[in-house]
Amino acid sequence: MAEAEVIVIGGGPAGLGAATELARTGRRVLVLEREAEAGGIPRHCGHYPFGMREFHRVLRGPDYAAQLVKTARAAGVTIRNRTTVTALRPHGEVEITDDAGPALLTAKAVLLATGVRETSRAARLIGGEKPGGIVSTGALQGMVYLNRQQPFRQPVILGSEMVAFSALLTCRHAGIKPLAMIETGPRITARRPAHWLASVMGVQIHLHSDVIAIHGRTRVDGVSLATPYGPKDLPADGVIVSGGFRPDATLLRASHLEVDHGSGGPVIDRWGRLSDPAYFAAGNLLRGVETAGWCWAEGRRTAGAILAALAGRLPDPGGTRISLGHPALRLALPQVIGTGPADRPERRSDFVHSRLQIRLQCPAKGQLRLMQGGRILASTRIDSLPERRLSLPLKAVSGLGGPLTLTIE
Amino acid sequence: MDPADQNGKADFDVAVIGAGVVGAALAQAFTLAGARVVVLEKAVDVLDGASKGNSAILHTGFDAPEGSVELACIREGYALYHDIRERLGLPLIRAGAMVLAWTEEEEAGLPALVAQAQTNGVTDVHPLTGLQARALEPALSPTVRAGFRVPGEHLIDPWSAAHGYLMQALANGACLLRQAEVLTGRRAGDRWQLATTAGEVSADLVINAAGLWGDEVDRRVTGESWFTIKPRKGQFVVYDKTAAALAGHILLPVPTKITKGIVVCRTAFGNLLVGPTAEEQDDREHATVDRETLQALMRRGSEILPALAGHEVTAVYAGLRPATEEKEYRIRTDLAPGYICVGGIRSTGLSAALGIAAHVVRLAGRSGSGMADPIWPAMPNISVAGTRDWQSPGHGGVVCHCELVTRREIEAALSGPLAAGSLAGLKRRTRVTMGRCQGFFCSAELARLTEGRLAQPMLAPTDG
Repeated sequence: MAEAEVIVIGGGPAGLGAATELARTGRRVLVLEREAEAGGIPRHCGHYPFGMREFHRVLRGPDYAAQLVKTARAAGVTIRNRTTVTALRPHGEVEITDDAGPALLTAKAVLLATGVRETSRAARLIGGEKPGGIVSTGALQGMVYLNRQQPFRQPVILGSEMVAFSALLTCRHAGIKPLAMIETGPRITARRPAHWLASVMGVQIHLHSDVIAIHGRTRVDGVSLATPYGPKDLPADGVIVSGGFRPDATLLRASHLEVDHGSGGPVIDRWGRLSDPAYFAAGNLLRGVETAGWCWAEGRRTAGAILAALAGRLPDPGGTRISLGHPALRLALPQVIGTGPADRPERRSDFVHSRLQIRLQCPAKGQLRLMQGGRILASTRIDSLPERRLSLPLKAVSGLGGPLTLTIE
Repeated sequence: MDPADQNGKADFDVAVIGAGVVGAALAQAFTLAGARVVVLEKAVDVLDGASKGNSAILHTGFDAPEGSVELACIREGYALYHDIRERLGLPLIRAGAMVLAWTEEEEAGLPALVAQAQTNGVTDVHPLTGLQARALEPALSPTVRAGFRVPGEHLIDPWSAAHGYLMQALANGACLLRQAEVLTGRRAGDRWQLATTAGEVSADLVINAAGLWGDEVDRRVTGESWFTIKPRKGQFVVYDKTAAALAGHILLPVPTKITKGIVVCRTAFGNLLVGPTAEEQDDREHATVDRETLQALMRRGSEILPALAGHEVTAVYAGLRPATEEKEYRIRTDLAPGYICVGGIRSTGLSAALGIAAHVVRLAGRSGSGMADPIWPAMPNISVAGTRDWQSPGHGGVVCHCELVTRREIEAALSGPLAAGSLAGLKRRTRVTMGRCQGFFCSAELARLTEGRLAQPMLAPTDG
């Protein structure tokens, strides 16, 4: 007998949002969480604001995570902590290991909600040595908020996405005084109010700059920057490598499921369904980073699609793949627009993705258009940096009318 | 075991200076030959110099200089690794290598290399046309002209091998002193008296296996050195595990006089490696990577395997080879009585280590006798070639999610006679943080698990 009707892999906001919704309709749901506790990344974001959308209150990350877990359990969700999924097999078979050793679990549907991680120092090809004291924001927050440890005293912060400012807040909480923020681009990636935090904390922002080398044999004892004003050395004792969120798609990449090389996450259709229809995905695994509230809501909507699938209401998978017709475009999801009869209006209430989510890989300006056979299906004017939220409506779009292309003109 | 007796001195038959792969093999060989051995390592952990970064290939010696000590040691080391690996639980991935020619000039050099392989006793080499090479390795670029196959070249786990040699020495009575930098040596009667940062050590025989500091240790102990270390840096790019399917064989270029050139191969841990470069430098402590060179390596990798361009980089690293003025190993017994220098062991050191150790045991006149029934401690498998710890019950949960390293594995690596002394050492023993996320998910948990347990802590020391 199947352990559960639905297995959810990953107990963060998306996974718990979906699991709670499914359990409330009476489905047997099992959440597999590899950490000691569920809650996901908010567990170690010890700052505000979380929970507006979900609980109509402003919470700190850890309290929000605890609330998500409590709500899920109250709805009847089973959460197995310290349980690692080691392989995804066709038709909803999931290999796991925990302290009891390896096991095989099966379910009618499996939701992947494994979230994101930041791009590592190695993947950014940053030069120099490999001393201790180089951490991602995620690792820093774990050390500061979960362990009450202080990995360094005066680091530099690489990147200027929202998470870099989250790193600043974490530093302030721990009494760490960052020397500088370093951004390769011409502007700060996060939206405007974030600047103020840096200036309040007296942290200098270097734009158009890059870390060329990290120095130190055992611990960081300095960094060398390239700046528009020439090379510059800073006496940093640590480096926070922030942002550049990538889906944590280890399982996906090792599996039979189709991967989108633009997003690094799975290829999904409008129901959040993967190339094997037993699998669904929701949350930041899809794209890189969105807020916890966004992921939670996406998880809930995906629960609706899973219920429709269990009730036999979804069409066969497949359809037309949206191609990216401009080099600034990094991803657009859902990647597949179906051609089956369930794309008829009466089925649209089951859609998880009624809008096309789009991300850029470099700044771009112009008219963002979804085209089909010379027809403009949707269009909007953009002047955007990478990692900003962009979207187009998909309501009137069908995969039946020929190839779909997203362009910027 | 505390080496220092009540009088503050410790007496040994053999003192091996340096706990790299060569020092580890020497400690094992002399211990099994019946000697009481001390290994003196200046760092907080073993394998902290040249042995920490290499291409992890077990070479046959097909291209080593004819008649050289290096060739003899590679051949013997290769055979000995096969002999002992199962008893020490060490992996062997029988990948085989292809030497590939990409230019007309390289193609013209192939017959001489095949002939050299035959002369060197590696007789199972098979010439390949470009088409044959691509039939065996479909991901190869169509620009490959020709090559030959060397089935005996294999992949190993470079750290577990060295740890295994050293563990066997320790299990059979040898002693490891860390943070024990040798400062001076003097003769006291017919013994050596070594002053180290961990106290005085006395031994009948001193063996210099100090790698990147070989010339300096010569000077400190005997007063002069007969060679100069000229560090040669190699940078590497490690690709995501998804890239490992692109190459079954070890893809070697046609070597030059200076270097074996840029290799593309899988690793024992299931990644794909491109490297090394060969860059001369004076600095023997700092091995840095730089973006331009890494990008050049990535371009070279994509020229060889075009599909590599679509894969992510997991890690980058640089290692230093203890090269000297000459290519040949710098092994000598006549510099001082009771002193053997084992210097200038470059890229082939991993393959040759066991052979070098056997050779030096013979030079020292210690072969023949030996322990009747030594202990063979089995190393935990962290490679893709065997069962991993997460596959058996009681592992306490997975801590490093990318490399599936368990709490039980980490605990084991933090205890025992060869306990990790640094995060780098813990990584070499377990693979923690060496996967895709490079510590995003598990660094905090590791900082907690290792608190107060590493000689060189993960986190900066805090005030008060």
